[in-house]
Amino acid sequence: MGLDFTIVPSYFTLLLIGSGWTIAITAAAAVLSFVAGILLAVIALYGPALLRYPFRLFAWLFMGTPLLLQLFLIYFGLIQIGIDLPAFVAGVIGLGLHFAVYNSDIIQAGIVAVDRGQYEGARTLGLSRVQTIARIVVPQAVRSVIPPIGNNMIALLKDSALVSVIGVTELTLTAQLAISKTFHPFEFYLAAAACYYLINLVLEAGLRHIERRIQLAR
Amino acid sequence: MTEKPFIDIRHAAKSYGTLEVLKDISLQVQKGQIVAIIGPSGSGKSTLLRAINDLDPLTKGEVWLEDMQVNKPLPPRQYERHINQMRQQIGMVFQHFNLFPHLTVRGNITLAPKMLKKLSDAEANALAERELAHVGMLDRIDYYPSQLSGGQKQRVAIARALAMEPKVMLFDEVTSALDPELVEEVNLAMKKLAEEHMTMIIVTHEMGFAQDVCDRVLFMDQGVVVEEGPPEVIFRTPKHERTKNFLRKHLQGNAQ
Repeated sequence: MGLDFTIVPSYFTLLLIGSGWTIAITAAAAVLSFVAGILLAVIALYGPALLRYPFRLFAWLFMGTPLLLQLFLIYFGLIQIGIDLPAFVAGVIGLGLHFAVYNSDIIQAGIVAVDRGQYEGARTLGLSRVQTIARIVVPQAVRSVIPPIGNNMIALLKDSALVSVIGVTELTLTAQLAISKTFHPFEFYLAAAACYYLINLVLEAGLRHIERRIQLAR
Repeated sequence: MTEKPFIDIRHAAKSYGTLEVLKDISLQVQKGQIVAIIGPSGSGKSTLLRAINDLDPLTKGEVWLEDMQVNKPLPPRQYERHINQMRQQIGMVFQHFNLFPHLTVRGNITLAPKMLKKLSDAEANALAERELAHVGMLDRIDYYPSQLSGGQKQRVAIARALAMEPKVMLFDEVTSALDPELVEEVNLAMKKLAEEHMTMIIVTHEMGFAQDVCDRVLFMDQGVVVEEGPPEVIFRTPKHERTKNFLRKHLQGNAQ
């Protein structure tokens, strides 16, 4: 069978829908990974031991096992204990928590690097410990680690292809659907790759924009 | 001294292990008084200053502001609430400014009044403008700290502390990190405060400033107050050998 790229445009809508879901699941998982990453970092550094140890175990589990397995566990495994999540939700939770653990590591390093004087400056004004962490330390830490977090978000976009295996009709799965109809894997995988690349370009431009915007405020 | 002291430090002592940084220091400051603390580095002067708002807690002794004990022995949770209340009344300015780099000048100044005194945006803005005008920095209200010179940062830091309307201001070597040509603008802002009868305790290496502005000078060395008195006495006719030595070195260094 020879290569025939002319069949790709007729599946344009399908790939567009796939791209849409890829963007949606990446965005939702990115937000979750960011918020949960901050939470995990704060608990790891300031939380009571009662919370710190279970969270460390949680982090260790998510870092030490394959993301694919985690997705299976959340989507297929949890049903057995009565938690039946839609594939999209399971995908967001799996991707989100997995990357939250990585983000948390980075944010922890950012928090530790915030100058001690910032803490003293805030406490001297009368802010409580919690207020100081929430309003002074964490915002500065997060700003300082935007570049590595951004790298994680690019990895997240690419790893979102894994949720195709639990049946989310994102970009990779829609490419596979087109292939199963046309038997032209080369063309459609390449087309999907091009879509990922385009989304990535936009994401990177967005990240650069954020980095530029916070440059003064550091 | 029949008047009740505004700030009363009673038998302050602090040690790290066997190292005694402060050795039984007592100090009374009256309302509106301006006190300079001078001394070689490692003499304990910054530690004493930072004990006043409990940034460096004392091992022994008490600190009182009017009729409230700052370092009151309380269970941790109550203490946290108490010290936050006390610190709102004690302004402090640091050697390294400690401005919040992620907030504009306006954000730096309005943060605490909005969070702690529940001021509205409009009220907090008016307050920020007033305090910035006071230190001559109103035109920089929407700048980020990274866009300011050291002297400007320090003036903003003073405005930020003043915005909480503190009863006393503590200055911890506030001009030591500045380029020489930027020192004067900060000194001027402090002089202005002095003229308005703010109670001030100033740890400084600048003998000229201490002489011009302060009512009292304390010379500290090795954790004790060696000598204290009005600036004209301390600087012209010091009694103790250690004070004389210190001043000789410092005045030589400053004379150009």
